Amino acid sequence: MNIFETIRFALRAITANKLRSSLTVLGILIGVAAVILLVAVGNGSAQQVQQQIESLGTNTLTVTAGGGGGARSAAATTSTALTMDLVPALEDKAEAPHVRSVSPVVTGSQSATYEGTDHTIAQFVGTYPGWVAASNFKVDKGALFTDEDVAGSRKVVVIGKTVAEELFGTVDPLSKQITVAGKLFTVVGVLADKGGTGFSDPNDVAVAPVTAVQESLTGYGSLNQILVEATAPGDVSDAQGEVTAILNAKLNITGSSTTAYRIQNASQLLETRANTAETFTLLLGAVAGISLLVGGIGITNIMMVTVTERTREIGIRKALGAPKRTILTQFLVEATVLSLIGGLLGVAAAVIGSRFTIVSIKPVIVPSSVVLALGFSVAIGLFFGSYPASRAAGLRPIEALRYE
Amino acid sequence: MRAADLSAPASLSRSAGPVLDVQRIKKIYGQGETEVQALRGVSLTVERGDYVAIMGSSGSGKSTLMNILGCLDIPTTGRYLLDGVDVSRLNDRQLALVRNRRIGFVFQAFNLIARTSALANVELPLAYAGVKSAERRRRANLALAMVGLAERADHEPNQLSGGQQQRVAVARALVTAPALVLADEPTGNLDTQSTNDVLAVFDRLSASGRTIVLITHEPDVAERAKRLIRLVDGRIVQDERLK
Repeated sequence: MNIFETIRFALRAITANKLRSSLTVLGILIGVAAVILLVAVGNGSAQQVQQQIESLGTNTLTVTAGGGGGARSAAATTSTALTMDLVPALEDKAEAPHVRSVSPVVTGSQSATYEGTDHTIAQFVGTYPGWVAASNFKVDKGALFTDEDVAGSRKVVVIGKTVAEELFGTVDPLSKQITVAGKLFTVVGVLADKGGTGFSDPNDVAVAPVTAVQESLTGYGSLNQILVEATAPGDVSDAQGEVTAILNAKLNITGSSTTAYRIQNASQLLETRANTAETFTLLLGAVAGISLLVGGIGITNIMMVTVTERTREIGIRKALGAPKRTILTQFLVEATVLSLIGGLLGVAAAVIGSRFTIVSIKPVIVPSSVVLALGFSVAIGLFFGSYPASRAAGLRPIEALRYE
Repeated sequence: MRAADLSAPASLSRSAGPVLDVQRIKKIYGQGETEVQALRGVSLTVERGDYVAIMGSSGSGKSTLMNILGCLDIPTTGRYLLDGVDVSRLNDRQLALVRNRRIGFVFQAFNLIARTSALANVELPLAYAGVKSAERRRRANLALAMVGLAERADHEPNQLSGGQQQRVAVARALVTAPALVLADEPTGNLDTQSTNDVLAVFDRLSASGRTIVLITHEPDVAERAKRLIRLVDGRIVQDERLK
């Protein structure tokens, strides 16, 4: 009696009671599909967050001015406002070798008009040309303004995709003039669509030389922030150290706890978000795991019923000389085949389910969760099938034959 | 049907002695006040090729004797040699082997496996014996031909009449060429015509040299055997040769 023979017996027994077998399979199917799909949803949301943060640029540092009250005690002698003076200091290659570019940023929302069409640009940014690349923007049409434009305070602007659509519709915006707070700016370029499905539209943006913006819109006050781009994602922490040292020196800060300015590190943000997402995934997986366990108990239940119902058959088989081991194997194989079929169908269901967007999250299947869920379902078949199987195998033939 | 076609595997050598040698077997169920002596010391020897009918009313212990002879149950005391092997010393696994190779069962309730073709039912003991698929099929078909059901090989038990089911069960019992065919009231659930069909098969088996032990409470069934043993209250009260 080889194993293939036993498997054939088991398959025959499974197909003999199709409705019951399929209901058992359904339990496992739901469990496995739930594990894979929920983990995929968790993973999908993690990736979404990651993409959002990466679209901000992972090798950038954002320096912002600290809040009022606390700053005074740390740096009582000087103002904590960020000024244009800091920019050349931060660009010093000798003191800050890990800094690729420094962009001063003045930003605010401005209403713009073009031939009667009105649109409020959420982010009207005055900066250096380097800001565009550091913020992961690309120029789609036209060209970026240049350093000469910055030096000459020329009123030129590069607009985001949303702004272009709102103000110009189908008209080519290049070389057209828009009015921003009463000042005319010439559109020299349009930015490419930047992905990201956050709460704010990243394409609702316009970028102009910082000098022009200060001259005509905001005045020569302090900067909103300074965007520092590190030479590589791995150099971000080095760059942060250098920036901190320069800023401390420039702003005369001596205390260790400084609230004069804040440096935000995109990769730190990313890490925190990733951890949260991981916890979320784990939680979802645990909930799904419970449903898989319930499916496993379903297998035990159905196998117990099967054993009781087939007590007589087991007696016959024993009278005909079936050894204990063969009976044991047959029932174990039956349980395992049920759970394996359930597992495979569950994987199929999860793969199909992951093609749909679930609660505005695109699920991304984690291969290891498929292997894990499938392996777990087989283990469940073996584990939960073993008790009924050993009960079947342990039946004494004489009692089993008498069973009605 | 030639006997050689159903010969046992070569590994099972046979002694020249009696097929059954039962000495002072007792079987006691329960303990203390509820103790029941089903067999009170039965001694019995059955030679090769014999056809023995065991008769007795219900409660006489004939089913208990049958179960012990079939290695489905073990006696409380006494010695039982089957084909020269002391089966009381065998473990579970060896007993399964003995049941498979040396005994063919025919039950009153047929006990075919449901939703399984007649051929597959007959093949079953061969499958447990580890016979290859093609050989198994050949031997099962021969056994079915012997009971006159060759053309019903693909029918499932519920598509067969009671008599046909019992003949399938007989085919299953003899397919391994066992030393002993044990039949427990094989005609108990059958009408006269089917009874005759089944008994005719037993007659042919006996004629071809098989050893048969048949338990019944019908005198006309017992009459077809070569030897009649009567059991009352767990003791043999009559043992006579009919032919």
